[in-house]
Amino acid sequence: MQPTRSRWRRFRESFFLHDFLHDRLALTSFIVLVILLVLGLGAPFFAPSNPYDPSTYDLLNAEQPPAFMENGQAQFPLGTDAQGRDMYSTMLYGMRVSLIIGFGAVLMQAFIGIVVGLISGYFGGRLDSALMRLADVQLSFSTYMVAIFISAIFQAAFGVAMYEKIAIPLLILVIGFAEWPQYARTVRASVLAEKKKEYVEAARVIGLSKRRIMFRHILPNTLSPVFVISTIQVANAIMSEAALSFVGLGMPVTMPSLGSLINVGFEYIFSGSWWITLFPGIVLVVLVLVINLLGDWLRDYLNPKLYKG
Amino acid sequence: MVAFIIRRVLQGMMVMVVIALIGFAIKQSFGDPVREITGISVSAEEREALREELGLNDPFMVQFGRFLYNAAHGDLGQSFFYKKPAMEVILSKAPATLELVFCSAILIVLLSVPLGIYCAIRPKQLFAKFVMGASTVGVSIPVFLTAIMLIYIFSIELHWLPSFGRGETVNIGGWQTGLLTWDGIKHLIMPTVALSSIMLPLFIRLIRSEMMEVLQNEYIKYAWAKGLPPLRVWIVHAFRNTLLPVITVGGVQLGITIAFTILTETVFSWQGMGSMFIQAVERADSSLMVAYLVVVGFIFVVVNTVVDIIYGLVNPTVRITGRK
Repeated sequence: MQPTRSRWRRFRESFFLHDFLHDRLALTSFIVLVILLVLGLGAPFFAPSNPYDPSTYDLLNAEQPPAFMENGQAQFPLGTDAQGRDMYSTMLYGMRVSLIIGFGAVLMQAFIGIVVGLISGYFGGRLDSALMRLADVQLSFSTYMVAIFISAIFQAAFGVAMYEKIAIPLLILVIGFAEWPQYARTVRASVLAEKKKEYVEAARVIGLSKRRIMFRHILPNTLSPVFVISTIQVANAIMSEAALSFVGLGMPVTMPSLGSLINVGFEYIFSGSWWITLFPGIVLVVLVLVINLLGDWLRDYLNPKLYKG
Repeated sequence: MVAFIIRRVLQGMMVMVVIALIGFAIKQSFGDPVREITGISVSAEEREALREELGLNDPFMVQFGRFLYNAAHGDLGQSFFYKKPAMEVILSKAPATLELVFCSAILIVLLSVPLGIYCAIRPKQLFAKFVMGASTVGVSIPVFLTAIMLIYIFSIELHWLPSFGRGETVNIGGWQTGLLTWDGIKHLIMPTVALSSIMLPLFIRLIRSEMMEVLQNEYIKYAWAKGLPPLRVWIVHAFRNTLLPVITVGGVQLGITIAFTILTETVFSWQGMGSMFIQAVERADSSLMVAYLVVVGFIFVVVNTVVDIIYGLVNPTVRITGRK
C-alpha cells in the first residue's frame, strides 16, 4: 500500500478507466463525442468561412450540391444552403450553438433541481409534498410541451425581433426551467437515503447550520446519480432545442442551430436539395446518440438506484 | 377507495385551476380587447365606457372568477384571427389530432407488445439485440427528422404517399374523419409512423425490462417446474403481470404523444390542434394560445387522473402510501 499515490495514478489504475477502455462502444462514443465537441466549440478555427458574416457568402451560390455530386464545387464540400452559405461551416457553427444551449440548459436545470431536491428531501413535510407534486405535474405535461409553451409566451412578450436577439440565454432559461423536475426527483431520492446516515446526525449534533449540512455534507454524496442523469439530460436538452428551433421558437436563421438548419432545409427538400436538411440531421442524431450511449454506459457502471418514475 | 378517487379528482381540479390561472395571466398581459373591438377611431371616454361594460376594470380575482366560470361552460374567448369562439376552432381541429394519436397508439401497442416480449424471453438472440440497438438509435432521432426523411423517401423520391394535409375527409355528425376514404388513409400513414417512432422504442424497452423482471420470480420457476407449455408461462403468467406497470407508464406516455403532435403536424401540414397552436403563436393570437393551453391541460389532467385511479384500483398499496 502506498498512501501517497497521486490522483492521476489512482485514476490510471482504477477499475473505472479499465472498464471504460474495454467497452468498445463507450470508447468509440467518447472519441466521436470529443471530435464533435472540438469541432463544434472550435468552429471559428475549423470552419473555412464565417456564416454569421453576410459579406463572406453570396446568394448566387445558393443550393449548390455537395462536392461529391455532379455540379458540386470543390470549395463547398457539403454543398451550400439557401443563402449560399457553406454547409460545412454553417453546421460547425450550428453545432456550437446547439452545444452551448445543451450544456447551459443542463447547468441551469441542475442548479434549480439540486436546490429544490435538497430542500425538499431535507425538510420534508408539507413543503416536500408540494414541491414534488409540482414536479409530478410538470413531468406529466412532458418537457417539450412546457418548453414550447414557455418560449411561445416569451416570444409573445418580447416580440420576434427581440426574442431572436437574446435567443441563446432565453432558450437556456426555457429548457432549464422545463426539465428541472428530473434533477429534483433524483436528488431528493438520494437525500432521503443520506439523511438517515450517521455522519449527518453527527454534523447536526456538533451544531452545524442546516445550509452547511445540506450543501457541504449531503450534496457531495448525492452527486453520482446526478452525473448519470446529466449526461442523458444534455442529449435531451439538445433535442429540445432542436425541436423548439424546428417549430420556429428557437434560434433564428441568421444564427442557426442544428434544429433551425433542419427547419430551413425542410422548405427546400421539395426542390431536391436534400443536403441542407440531411447533413445537420445526421450530425444531430450522431451527437445525441453518442451522448446517450455514454450515459447508458455510465449508468450501468455506477448503477445508482435512480428514482424510478 | 372512494376517498382515494375523490382525493385524486380534487387534485386534478386544483391543477386545472392553476393552469387556468396561468392561461388567464397570459391573456391579461397581452393584447387589449377594447382595441381589438373598436379600432383606433374611438374617443377615450367611449373606450372607458366599453371597458367598464366588459368588466375590465374589475379586480383581478373577479375577472379570473368570470374566466373560470366561462371556461367551465366551454367559452374560452374569441380567436382574433378566425373571428370565431376559440373553443369552436379547437373543436373543429381536434378530430384530426385525435385520429392521429389514436392510430399511432394502436400501431405502438401492436408492435411494442410482441417485440418487447420477444426481447425479454430471448435476450441473447441476434434479432433481439438488433431490436434493442435500433431502439437506442430510435430515441436519438428527433421526430421531425424521421418525418422529413419519410417525406423525402416516400413522397419525393418514390411518389407513393402524399406529403401534406389530410386528403379526402368524410363528415360524420360534425366529426371530420379521414379513416373512411382510401385517400384519407394514405395521408394518415406517414404522420402515424412518424409519431409512433418516438414512443415505440420507449415502449419496447419498458415492456422488455418489466417482463425480464417478472420472469425472475419464484412463481414463474414454479410454473416451469410444473411443466406448463412455454406459451402459457410467457403469456398467461408472466405477461399479465407486466401489464400493470406498462399500463400506468404507458397511459401517461400516450398523453405525452399530444406534445409530439405539435412537431409531427407542423411537418405534414396536418390540420390539427398542434399546427393550429404553432400558427396561433406566429399570429400572436393569444386567445387561441390560451384556449389550447387549457384544452390540452385538461386532456393531460384527465388522462393522468384516470391512470392514477386505475392504478389505485388494481394495486391497493398505492391508495394508502400515495403515488408509486
